[in-house]
Amino acid sequence: MAVASVGEYPSTHMDSLDKFHGAQLLYVGWDQHTLFCAPFCWPFPPDMKFGDVVHGVLPGAFGYHPEFAQIDWSTVTWLKSGQPFTPDFDKTLAENGLQHKDVLRFKAPGLNGLKGSGA
Amino acid sequence: MSLIDTPKSDLKKLGLKERYALMTRDLAWEPTYQSKDDIYPYTKYEGIKIHDWDQWVDPFRMTMEAYWKYQAEKERKLYAIIDAFVQNNGHLGVTDARYINTLKLFLTGVSPLEYMAHRGFAHVGRQMEGAGPRVACLMQSLDEIRHIQTQIHSMSNYNRYYNGFHDPFHMIERVWYLSVPRSFFDDAYTAGPFEFMIAIGFSFEYVLTNLLFVPFISGAAYNGDMGAMTFGFSAQSDEARHMTLGLEAIKFMLEQDPDNLPIVQKWIDKWTWRGTRVLTIVAMMMDYMLPKKVMSWKEAWEIYFEQNGGALFNDLARYGIKPPKCAEWAAVDKEHISHQAWATFYQYGAAAPFNTWAPAAEDLDWLSEKYPDTFDQYYRPRYEYWAEQAEAGNRFYNTTLPMLCQVCQIPMLFTEPTDPTQICYRESDFEGEKFHFCSDHCKQIFDDEPHKYVQSWLPVHQIYQGNCFDPGVDPTAPDFNALSAVLDHYHLVQGRDNLEYEGSEDQTNFRNWRALSGR
Repeated sequence: MAVASVGEYPSTHMDSLDKFHGAQLLYVGWDQHTLFCAPFCWPFPPDMKFGDVVHGVLPGAFGYHPEFAQIDWSTVTWLKSGQPFTPDFDKTLAENGLQHKDVLRFKAPGLNGLKGSGA
Repeated sequence: MSLIDTPKSDLKKLGLKERYALMTRDLAWEPTYQSKDDIYPYTKYEGIKIHDWDQWVDPFRMTMEAYWKYQAEKERKLYAIIDAFVQNNGHLGVTDARYINTLKLFLTGVSPLEYMAHRGFAHVGRQMEGAGPRVACLMQSLDEIRHIQTQIHSMSNYNRYYNGFHDPFHMIERVWYLSVPRSFFDDAYTAGPFEFMIAIGFSFEYVLTNLLFVPFISGAAYNGDMGAMTFGFSAQSDEARHMTLGLEAIKFMLEQDPDNLPIVQKWIDKWTWRGTRVLTIVAMMMDYMLPKKVMSWKEAWEIYFEQNGGALFNDLARYGIKPPKCAEWAAVDKEHISHQAWATFYQYGAAAPFNTWAPAAEDLDWLSEKYPDTFDQYYRPRYEYWAEQAEAGNRFYNTTLPMLCQVCQIPMLFTEPTDPTQICYRESDFEGEKFHFCSDHCKQIFDDEPHKYVQSWLPVHQIYQGNCFDPGVDPTAPDFNALSAVLDHYHLVQGRDNLEYEGSEDQTNFRNWRALSGR
């Protein structure tokens, strides 16, 4: 629906892709691990390998959790915008079809947070 | 005619009602050489239909003269108490220096809103066509600027001794968590005058204000802070007038034309939700930051929103108004949001201008008692873990930036109403871009006016765009530290204003000064 306005009302996207100096935003959340209060947000180059995100970046963000080291990445399931998603770790973000401001969630079977609390 | 010649009957003192009429509405006039549409350009485009502005019932009959006298008297008393508090080193009488962090939260997150409300009501007062609402908005505008002044004066005493009080107006435009209250007010006063009246006058001042002021004032009283308690009471006596204005505004709109109902209902739904999300910081203040607790957030929500708000909406039912749709979602959230919010500030404790801490064992037990259905199962494990880790020298500081909701701008920390272990994700596509939300209600607000909310100034995205470093800072320099550069930009003094309470400068100073004072 259009904004009620006294005059013309332009669409000013504050976070369009062109504003991130060649990077695109990617959000990643670890389901059942609310010890990290919210999913994370990063600007990544679209030609970055998916595996480099998982093995190079995620440990710095999620590594504080005692269950992080137990993750078997071959059994992890992923959702993109809530739909099942199968990333190729050797391909880039762009080749994996990931676009600016896409959101990924992952779930590691058997790991349900501190004392099973979802945290 | 000189006064001496005035017939005796004209000299009799005017009645209150007459005096009010002459000194307020009678000062307005009918324009003759300009059209009303040119003078009041914003009263039609929102779709609200007003047929007779004179039907506005002035909820309080107060002339400017009476206003000044009454407020001046109140403030003389207020400043006498503040002076006494300062002269007796009243700050050393509070329960514990942790309490002082609630004042930092108030000064950074709430006081600037008083100033924004002052501007908002001044603007709306100018735009309203009727003399009645113009006068009422003028007085509220003055109230709001008095509030920010008395709050700054009350808290400036703390600024002499404690960290984090030094720059709230710089911070409100930059610091990540302050984009939440700031965007709430930006949203309101960039709306039209009628929406502003529903947003601030009704939804915030009437439906939600008790959830903001009562916890802070009672918290101050329980924790020995006479200074803050007094400005709270002083402001609270104005709030009664503000509530009456909000209620009159909504009744006036609904009585003027039946077509106004769906528009007003939409605004109530939107603004009750926007306000509820902003109050998340009050929830955590009550449950986690007060050394001596007043009541739980859940109890406050039940009294002030569910019971009092419920009675209000029963009263408005005769106009066709229904309780806001978000009430059901909020009824689930009341069990969770304080725990989720404090966990957020605890882990991002490097980036806010106050200290944070893990709750002590007795605090955890209080939370278990107040939240028997949720706390032990979902929240106790993380707080115990953090306390253990801090004890072992591994205090958790999250240094990766979080994903934010496009509308409320809060990190995506809220969980599904049906599953407290699952973060709630919602999204919309608009003009080729994805937008993310914390809840159905924030998504709905976006979907209704996407052109407005694509402009959200989201702190995390702004940092990544490079807009949150001071001029001259080079993000490509080899020794560049992004977090440090952002905190400099916030005017946050690192290692003093932020981080863990245990071992902080405030804790140490308070302990030493209190010992010296012999208390």
